[in-house]
Amino acid sequence: MQLTLWTYEGPPHVGAMRVATAMRDVHYVLHAPQGDTYADLLFTMIERRDQRPPVTYTTFQARDLGGDTAELFKTTVRDAVTRHQPAALLVGASCTAELIQDDPGGLAATLQLPLPVIPLELPAYQRKENWGAAETLYRLVRGLAGLPPAQYVRPPRPAERAPRANILGPMALGFRHRDDLREVRELLALLGIEVNVVAPLDAHAADLARIPEADFNVVMYPELAGTLADWLARQWQQPRTRQVPIGLGATADFITELATLAGVDPAPALQRIDARARWFARSVDSTYLTGKRVFIFGDACHAVAAARVAAREIGFTVAGLGTYSREQARELREAAALYGVEPLITDDYLEVERHIAALQPDLVLGTQMERHIAKRLGLPCAVISAPVHVQDFPARHAPQMGLEGANVMFDAWVLPLMMGLEEHLLAMFRDDFEFSPQAAPSHLGATAPSSSNLGASAPAPLPAPAPASNEPSWAVEAERELHKIPFFVRGKARRNTERFARDRGVALITVETLYDAKAHFSA
Amino acid sequence: MNGPAPVFQLLPESVLRERGQREVFCGLTGIVWLHRKMQDAFFLVVGSRTCAHLLQSAAGVMIFAEPRFGTAILDERDLAGLADAHDEIDRVVADLLARRPDIRTLFLVGSCPSEVIKLDLARAAERLNGRVTPGVRVLNYSGSGIETTFTQGEDACLAALVAELPRAAADAPPSLLVAGALPDVVEDQLSRLLSAIGIPAVHFLPARRRGELPAVGPSTRLLLAQPFLADTARALSARGARHLPAPFPFGIEGTTAWLEAAAAAFGIGPEVVERVTRPARERAQAALARHRPLLAGKRVFFFPDSQLEVPLARFLSRELGMALVEVGTPYLHRQHLAPELAWLPAGTQLSEGQDVDRQLDRCRAAQPDLVVCGLGLANPLEAEGLTTKWSIELVFTPVHGYEQAGDLAGLFARPLDRRQRLAA
Repeated sequence: MQLTLWTYEGPPHVGAMRVATAMRDVHYVLHAPQGDTYADLLFTMIERRDQRPPVTYTTFQARDLGGDTAELFKTTVRDAVTRHQPAALLVGASCTAELIQDDPGGLAATLQLPLPVIPLELPAYQRKENWGAAETLYRLVRGLAGLPPAQYVRPPRPAERAPRANILGPMALGFRHRDDLREVRELLALLGIEVNVVAPLDAHAADLARIPEADFNVVMYPELAGTLADWLARQWQQPRTRQVPIGLGATADFITELATLAGVDPAPALQRIDARARWFARSVDSTYLTGKRVFIFGDACHAVAAARVAAREIGFTVAGLGTYSREQARELREAAALYGVEPLITDDYLEVERHIAALQPDLVLGTQMERHIAKRLGLPCAVISAPVHVQDFPARHAPQMGLEGANVMFDAWVLPLMMGLEEHLLAMFRDDFEFSPQAAPSHLGATAPSSSNLGASAPAPLPAPAPASNEPSWAVEAERELHKIPFFVRGKARRNTERFARDRGVALITVETLYDAKAHFSA
Repeated sequence: MNGPAPVFQLLPESVLRERGQREVFCGLTGIVWLHRKMQDAFFLVVGSRTCAHLLQSAAGVMIFAEPRFGTAILDERDLAGLADAHDEIDRVVADLLARRPDIRTLFLVGSCPSEVIKLDLARAAERLNGRVTPGVRVLNYSGSGIETTFTQGEDACLAALVAELPRAAADAPPSLLVAGALPDVVEDQLSRLLSAIGIPAVHFLPARRRGELPAVGPSTRLLLAQPFLADTARALSARGARHLPAPFPFGIEGTTAWLEAAAAAFGIGPEVVERVTRPARERAQAALARHRPLLAGKRVFFFPDSQLEVPLARFLSRELGMALVEVGTPYLHRQHLAPELAWLPAGTQLSEGQDVDRQLDRCRAAQPDLVVCGLGLANPLEAEGLTTKWSIELVFTPVHGYEQAGDLAGLFARPLDRRQRLAA
């Protein structure tokens, strides 16, 4: 058992719902107890969909357990097919139904339905939402497209036909999937690559059967479409992309990779890469962004991409990098090595919080959860990855991928930081009555931390064990001096000074210790 | 004149009983408001990732405000052998209580997975009571979807709490116990009114803190503030409390009748209630009058959700002049709702339980002016052109009593007002 207050991912059947809901004519019959329909409102409220998800639940109750839940499941399947007339049917179990072992796949098979039925085995006590989505997408395509003939060899593309690709991965409840797709389509168009099938977003079952007709696959989100793309590469000999086009450098690499797969010249497309974000980052107004320490957490694909943008395209220092996607831990470890930081692979948000509190970064890039940790610690934050709340399914075009994605990220990440001039004034007039340390960034309203000792004073969700008794204490004048340091770096200064004092066995921190520590750490 | 108006009679044909897919929450959701009310309680769900995900979705941003609830997520190892699962519960609870020394009551909350694997949480609670800090009581109840629907989670929780109440002395003077978690502001208003009427001792269940749990015995008069408390009422009756039948305190009529029922049990006449409540009733009248033009004559359809549907439909029909198309409820407690049912217009179509697709067909066919339903249905119905009021808000918002009567009407009026504004 694991004590959990927050879960980064839902159970795997929610991943299956994301695939079914993304599509046009696929229905999902889910063997689940009463109450599991709560998942509908993720789609109708957070993503603001205007239709109910195409999911029928058996919603069994205790009194049904004494009777025949298998019969209930069969009746539900029959009714759902009659009512909704889908082109393909997914059947599966939620965590509780997995325990009663009614075998949805076997039961559905006995009904001899006149449509393809794809049974899902989603181990709810081992796996999570993204895995469930990836597995469902793979099972669906495998079920609808089938296996190639024995000794299949992909015929070469006729010279007169344009290269064709599938775009795999965008789905319901995906962080900016709708807008990322538009950007990726534009990149493909730049290279003269035609889109064969986009899946699962807005695809019909018949589209999935045509997936093998493409020359190669564009994998937008490895967590969600990697399983399918690897299977297509093995069975249907369709190569796949590895590069995720988040950030300008990554977009350029993506274009090069696409061009290689399509057998076209990338140069004309690369010359057109000219996003405002590149100039904005170079403009002198951005100089103050240099070396700001940023902590990054999210799903692996977004976290790794964000680290590259932060380090190479905005000039931040990556102070920490982590993910909750255990399946993609290797990619994240490689990236962390690149920036010389310890990778954080965890789905325990208390651990993430401890990590952030210890690092005292200048900016947190994370999920909805990190937004709240950052708020508690008084740190600026921007959201780069699911899980997200309703405000991150915006009405406006807001991609993360491609050229416009780079522009969107530049704005979103810089916004929470104190504006350069404002920061400068704060440092100069630290005792000024209007530029007080308690003043928030003027463009963000009153969200400034209320106390100097950010980490320790903020309420933690579960109080940490009491600190060791050999903590150095602060002399009054040293404490006063500390308060002359702008608040947004004060937490770090306090931490560094205390560490410095501890390392040297200094019991009382004086003004001298404070400046010794400053000299030590800035050396 | 046409003679006396026909009155509602609960006949078999007044209630459509349905079974099928139920688009409702499970009882775990009750934790979201119960933990705000009981300030030194922690709710530990023993369940799956789905349970944690549900709580997170239902709690919205509240989960970050230092919540006093969490989920012990079962994994494969826990499913392998039951003895092991009990050790795991002990470990998680010990961890939790060490970190939260402020907790006085710990609820182990059963879920569908824990019920299906027959994890005996009652035994776990009993065992833990012998071990944990003396100041902490460990209780258990089921909030699972297979046992409970939405607000029934509160019923199960309060019923578990009844065993904890001290015994009132046999010769204790009569006292009033109001059952049902109410927002503090509402509880304080009702408490002031009951005192002003002259009722000597008024207590509430749940209490805000463990040390304030009221005593119960044959001298206890029980007044329900919520319609979904069947098990709690039964448990209190078993301890000698006498249930006072009354409508529920929604709107002016409901609140007045509810106070009169309490007063009568203490030998206080309705004229006292009339005198004490006059200023509040006049305020409420004025507040309702502002919403009546928008609501009168409009047709409303209730999907089942919280068991509040019948009292709310009665309020909308009698005090605001709305017409009732269908009043769905997850469970119709015929005895507790008898005073409410007597106030419904003759021929009101009730439905108990749900087959959501069939109910949606009926709703679309009826084209009501306002649909009260859950968040999973609201936006899809809006997209079809219907106007909806999402029902969960009726459980979270202060809606009982005189001072909230206008707010309650406003909750139903706002979507209609909005539709008019956006159409203009």
